[in-house]
Amino acid sequence: MQLTEFDKIVEAAKAKSAAFKCNLYCCYSTGCVSSGCGDVVKAVQEALVSHGCDKVVRIVKTGCMGLCSHGPLMRVEVEGQKPVLYSEIRPLVARLIIAEHIVPALSLEKGADFNVPDFLSGFVLPLDIPFFSKQMKIVLANTGHIDPELIDDYLARGGYQALKKVLTEMTPQQVVEEVLTSGLRGRGGGGYPTGLKWKNAAPSQGAEKFVICNGDEGDPGAYMDRSVLEGDPQCVIEGMLIAAYAIGATSGWFYIRTEYPLAVDRVEKAIKQARKAGFLGKNIFGTKFSFDCDIRLGAGAFVCGEETALIASIEGRRGTPHPRPPYPSQKGLWGMPSCVNNVETLANVPHILMKGGAWYASIGTPESRGTKVFALTGKVKHSGLIEVPMGMTLRTIIEEIGGGPSTGKKIKAVQTGGPSGGVIPSEFLDTPVCYDQLKKLGSIMGSGGMIVLDEDDNMVDIAAFYLDFTADESCGQCSPCRIGGRQLLELLKKVKSGKGSMDDLALIKRLSLTMKKASLCGLGQTAPNPVLSTLKYFENEYLERIKN
Amino acid sequence: MKTVKLKINNVEIEASEGENILNAAKKASVNIPSLCKHPDLHATGACGICIVKLKGAPNMVRACCTPVSEGMEVITHDPEIVGVRRTVLELILSAHPNECLTCGRNGTCELQRLASEFAIRRESFNPVVPDIPPDSTTNSITLEPRKCIKCGRCITVCQEKQNVWALSFLERGIDTRIAPAGVTLGESPCVRCGQCSEHCPVGAIFEFDETEKVWAALSDPELYCIAQIAPAVRVSIGEAFGYPPGTNLTGQIYDALRHLGFKAVFDTNFGADVTIMEEASEFAHRFLSAPEKLPLITTCCPSWVDFMEKFHHDMIEYFSSCKSPHSIVGTLTKTYYAQKLGIDPSKIMMVSIMPCTSKKYEITRTGNMYASGMQDVDVALTTREFIRMLQQSGIVFNDLDPETQADSPLGEYSGAGVIFGTTGGVMEAALRTASYFITGHDPESVDFKQIRGLEGIREFEFKIGGHSIRTAVAHGLGNVETLISRVRAAREEGREAPYHFIEVMACPGGCIGGGGQSWNVDDAIRKKRAEGLFSDDRSKAIRLSHRNPYIQKLYEEFLGEPLGETAQKYLHTSYQARPEYKR
Amino acid sequence: MIDIAALAVKKWKGERGSLIMALHEIQNQMGYVPREATMEISSQMNVPLARIYEVLTFYNYFKLEAPGKAVISICTGTACYLKGAPALLDEFKKDLGIGVDEATSDGIFHLQCVRCLGCCGLAPVVSVNGKIYGKLKPSDIKPIIAEWREVFPAKETANAAN
Ligand SMILES: Cc1cc2nc3c(=O)[nH]c(=O)nc-3n(C[C@H](O)[C@H](O)[C@H](O)COP(=O)(O)O)c2cc1C
Ligand code: SF4
Ligand code: SF4
Ligand code: SF4
Ligand code: SF4
Ligand code: SF4
Ligand code: SF4
Ligand code: SF4
Ligand code: SF4
Ligand code: FES
Ligand code: FES
Ligand code: FES
Repeated sequence: MQLTEFDKIVEAAKAKSAAFKCNLYCCYSTGCVSSGCGDVVKAVQEALVSHGCDKVVRIVKTGCMGLCSHGPLMRVEVEGQKPVLYSEIRPLVARLIIAEHIVPALSLEKGADFNVPDFLSGFVLPLDIPFFSKQMKIVLANTGHIDPELIDDYLARGGYQALKKVLTEMTPQQVVEEVLTSGLRGRGGGGYPTGLKWKNAAPSQGAEKFVICNGDEGDPGAYMDRSVLEGDPQCVIEGMLIAAYAIGATSGWFYIRTEYPLAVDRVEKAIKQARKAGFLGKNIFGTKFSFDCDIRLGAGAFVCGEETALIASIEGRRGTPHPRPPYPSQKGLWGMPSCVNNVETLANVPHILMKGGAWYASIGTPESRGTKVFALTGKVKHSGLIEVPMGMTLRTIIEEIGGGPSTGKKIKAVQTGGPSGGVIPSEFLDTPVCYDQLKKLGSIMGSGGMIVLDEDDNMVDIAAFYLDFTADESCGQCSPCRIGGRQLLELLKKVKSGKGSMDDLALIKRLSLTMKKASLCGLGQTAPNPVLSTLKYFENEYLERIKN
Repeated sequence: MKTVKLKINNVEIEASEGENILNAAKKASVNIPSLCKHPDLHATGACGICIVKLKGAPNMVRACCTPVSEGMEVITHDPEIVGVRRTVLELILSAHPNECLTCGRNGTCELQRLASEFAIRRESFNPVVPDIPPDSTTNSITLEPRKCIKCGRCITVCQEKQNVWALSFLERGIDTRIAPAGVTLGESPCVRCGQCSEHCPVGAIFEFDETEKVWAALSDPELYCIAQIAPAVRVSIGEAFGYPPGTNLTGQIYDALRHLGFKAVFDTNFGADVTIMEEASEFAHRFLSAPEKLPLITTCCPSWVDFMEKFHHDMIEYFSSCKSPHSIVGTLTKTYYAQKLGIDPSKIMMVSIMPCTSKKYEITRTGNMYASGMQDVDVALTTREFIRMLQQSGIVFNDLDPETQADSPLGEYSGAGVIFGTTGGVMEAALRTASYFITGHDPESVDFKQIRGLEGIREFEFKIGGHSIRTAVAHGLGNVETLISRVRAAREEGREAPYHFIEVMACPGGCIGGGGQSWNVDDAIRKKRAEGLFSDDRSKAIRLSHRNPYIQKLYEEFLGEPLGETAQKYLHTSYQARPEYKR
Repeated sequence: MIDIAALAVKKWKGERGSLIMALHEIQNQMGYVPREATMEISSQMNVPLARIYEVLTFYNYFKLEAPGKAVISICTGTACYLKGAPALLDEFKKDLGIGVDEATSDGIFHLQCVRCLGCCGLAPVVSVNGKIYGKLKPSDIKPIIAEWREVFPAKETANAAN
């Protein structure tokens, strides 16, 4: 692809979407598909045809709009009018919306807003509720606004401009510098500065060099990466291309869990389209830079999110982590230097390069810059996918965005960081979310799972639940985790069932410390965290079970 | 190699770059406990016993798989570290049966020793011992997965060193176990080399024990028990009785066998001399008049034979058809010797004391193993089984007579016979005699030193008379592929073979590093054992197989010509393609 | 069956990082990975059978034996666990008379637990052969079973098995 061609196809893409007077953004992601959006979209299509307005109205099947608990969702945007969001739509309602909203709205003159009739207003979700207004979207900027299966939609919204800038105006060192300035830290859980990672990877020599996009996301109760891959796959590809240019990589791999068939399908289509358009392949934008990528699937192993295990898995081996050194940046996939980045990390990159590292660094807190996507679930009214600037307090997230408890009971704690994280009791809800503050409280940011617990949830249960998960997902390679995880789970079950003793509690503590210190990889090292943090704040719940 | 300076427990030392902390610590006179690391094998970090603290690092690291670096400060022992190690050890013990008293490794077990050193006095955790039945279907080694601590040594050996891939880790988490892929070991590609048992730190894989059979035979008045010892046994057995590795204890072993009640004691080295007569003849014949059948490939290692039959059967045509030395001694005992002494061969119980688990399989491998009209060798014991018999017998090994001689004629050997036990030895012994067969006179120097050593693959071109002989030696089955693929490529492209003569031994180091030898072997010990054999060779007046007068007599009285009809009948065997997996 | 393995080989042989992809291909077609297929992959793609079994038994997703016709996956991810997945599981166990990772004796239903189907907003969630049911209560279970009994009537399968 040459530069002049690029400008032409961008113009064409923009013209194409401008041709429609009305866009119906129908969420077509896993959550809404499960709620029946397929039938809804079919009904909408038929209704448009029967009203003869299918030429001026476009249905855009989008990625997750974030409020899956209220799906299927459809956002109506008529040119010049305020957008309206409908929720929990059934096919019958969909037909009504076309007949009673779209058709009349299309004939309204410019400047006037359409008033939704009363019998439909029950389905409308106001777009100015805190769930939407408190969010800040960078990673998810396009999700919900484009059809992820059409590269033109991405191009029309400024897609691949960052790549163009990088390839034609910047040296690899400058790209690394820009990312360093942005303060972006890895979103896969470790929080390692991305710019630093690239800086370390750049000088490594090898016949080949790889960028790997970590889309394993095995943390139960987290689906940020899935939503990004499903909602805006081109953005991740663009981020990967920029990373590759910065570190001198020759090809790239998406490692995606097989439980995400829709994400796999979308990324597959996106790669094909990007290749066809010339963003992947030889001499991109007429420069010397060549790069291509492909997809490899997981097969149901949480530990494969750990980067050395992930590499083993792509190579067709058991997903057992490898002791470091050597680091993947020295000897990674097939012995070649490799750089593993999380999906959300890469999705930030085009925005940073477009608007500048300084812009990104101005968002969030000094140690934690930018935004973070969370999967807010558990006992809150609006559970779903959100993106907020770093430094927002847990209280704002839970009480305003999440709308407070869903059960009417008091919120007891919030769990962050999944099986490697911990619980934060409600008295700390005014803590701003950022890497260091959460760590101080004995939890971690992790990849972005945020689970709200209420008075009904018992902390011994919660700890046992996570241990059950990690013990089950232990790769079995090293004894502290393989046997320790199982023994810790047994002890927790014993306490849970009321048969535990104070000696067991002491043993739980000793064993937790041993696993932390002696496990080979992050899974075993962090597996006791849910136990330690529940013990720290809720030891009384353990003692109650022991006394009874 | 570059060196770096570091501190271990505040003692400054120098170590070579890339060396791990575990080894470097020895230079500061510190022993860091370890369990899963074996000096032969790369570290996997499986056990978690060797953890140490590094100044400035948040987590403890594993000494076995962390390389030293300039300025590093290591703490190897403090109450916290020892406490964590102890808890890890308690965890390992909680997943391990308490069966020391009936275990094959009682007294030699690395886990048992650690438990003793750490003074584990209670079981803090409830046992979570898996319930998996043992597997003895190879009749060479026994797998007891319940005792496995998942150190991964056997897997590394079987997959990487031996390239057999019989063993694998299956399942994951607490269910992780060692096993072949969905079949018994006997139905798997296992070539019975026993290297897994040699490297296992505990009693989870050990030699298939047949000492009971031998005890029974020894106390049976009807039976005439005869033993033979392999070359490699004499230089390793001493390790169990406090001798340094490599000490040659041939006389003591002969004496011990007599004390045990064997009526005659032979030496496999004699059989090795016979093997050389046949193999060198085969070589001279092919070299001079049938070059299309070159390279000649040696076959006295049954694991290599099994490996070739399963993975490289297109090489069968190059194989020497000559049997291995102990089979030859077995056959000759029940024919030549029995006739000479007028003993009923069916009453002879032939016991081979071998460095090898695979010989247990070899003795019934094909019909040729019954050349005497009955099973030629009745039992093959490993060095380790033999040691246990000696310990049970009350014999004070160190007091035995080093001057004891073996029985004639199957006990008299040349220097060429004894070096069979080390990698390159068969090649060297064969070249000595082949020189004679090709040129008509003995070689000027009997030492073919260029082919000695412990590198996995060694090649050398020897000048013999006006001829140039290209040789290659490989040991450790993982090294075979390279040689074989060169031969294969040459054949496919119609070129002359890259080698004339190839020796392969399955075990690293050859039989001195055999799968049935004393445990804890590493290359330093292999070197010493090999040197023990070479010095035995040097001490011999006769160092050429064809100059051994008893060999000459054997051919005159019984066998006729090498490769002749009688020799073929008794001394040769055949090979067949076998599937990797029985279906 | 060998055809399916051969197809997987054809598609993936020579590609890098292809073993797990080829195994996926087979499981997608057959619902499990039969031994014959692993043998074929092993010899055609030059991967030791031991390695293939190491991989197959490590990853939860792969099955070595044919599952039931209707595979019921109960999400036991965090969100679903908190919102009542254990009760749903108990209901399924009771109604079908089987445990987790077991199939009913007629080979129709297969019960398994999975970690997060990615529909946490609809928790608790169950999927049957990929069809997702969200916001479930224990009382919803009997109708779901009945729905799938209609898809796979017991008698017909019995005939097919004969
Ligand atoms: C047990 C375990 C599971 C992990 N799972 C994931 C995962 O699902 N996705 C991810 O991006 N990183 C995961 N990580 C972190 C990765 O190892 C790695 O640090 C990350 O992909 C690097 O990308 P980043 O720097 O962009 O975050 C996991 C780490 C551990 C120890
Ligand atoms: S800590 Fe657990 S997951 Fe990590 S290597 Fe050890 S056993 Fe495997
Ligand atoms: S393997 Fe070692 S610790 Fe285990 S029973 Fe045998 S001797 Fe005892
Ligand atoms: S060591 Fe202890 S348990 Fe073992 S035999 Fe002796 S007394 Fe018995
Ligand atoms: S005997 Fe040799 S081939 Fe057989 S399992 Fe052990 S190491 Fe592998
Ligand atoms: S059998 Fe022995 S060598 Fe193999 S993993 Fe188990 S303990 Fe280690
Ligand atoms: S090959 Fe090894 S075990 Fe066999 S006879 Fe020779 S030295 Fe002995
Ligand atoms: S090298 Fe020697 S000990 Fe090893 S299998 Fe071969 S014959 Fe036996
Ligand atoms: S992740 Fe949640 S919010 Fe998004 S699609 Fe799934 S259920 Fe919906
Ligand atoms: S899937 Fe539709 S809102 Fe998330
Ligand atoms: S010896 Fe280092 S982890 Fe086992
Ligand atoms: S926890 Fe059940 S769908 Fe995520």
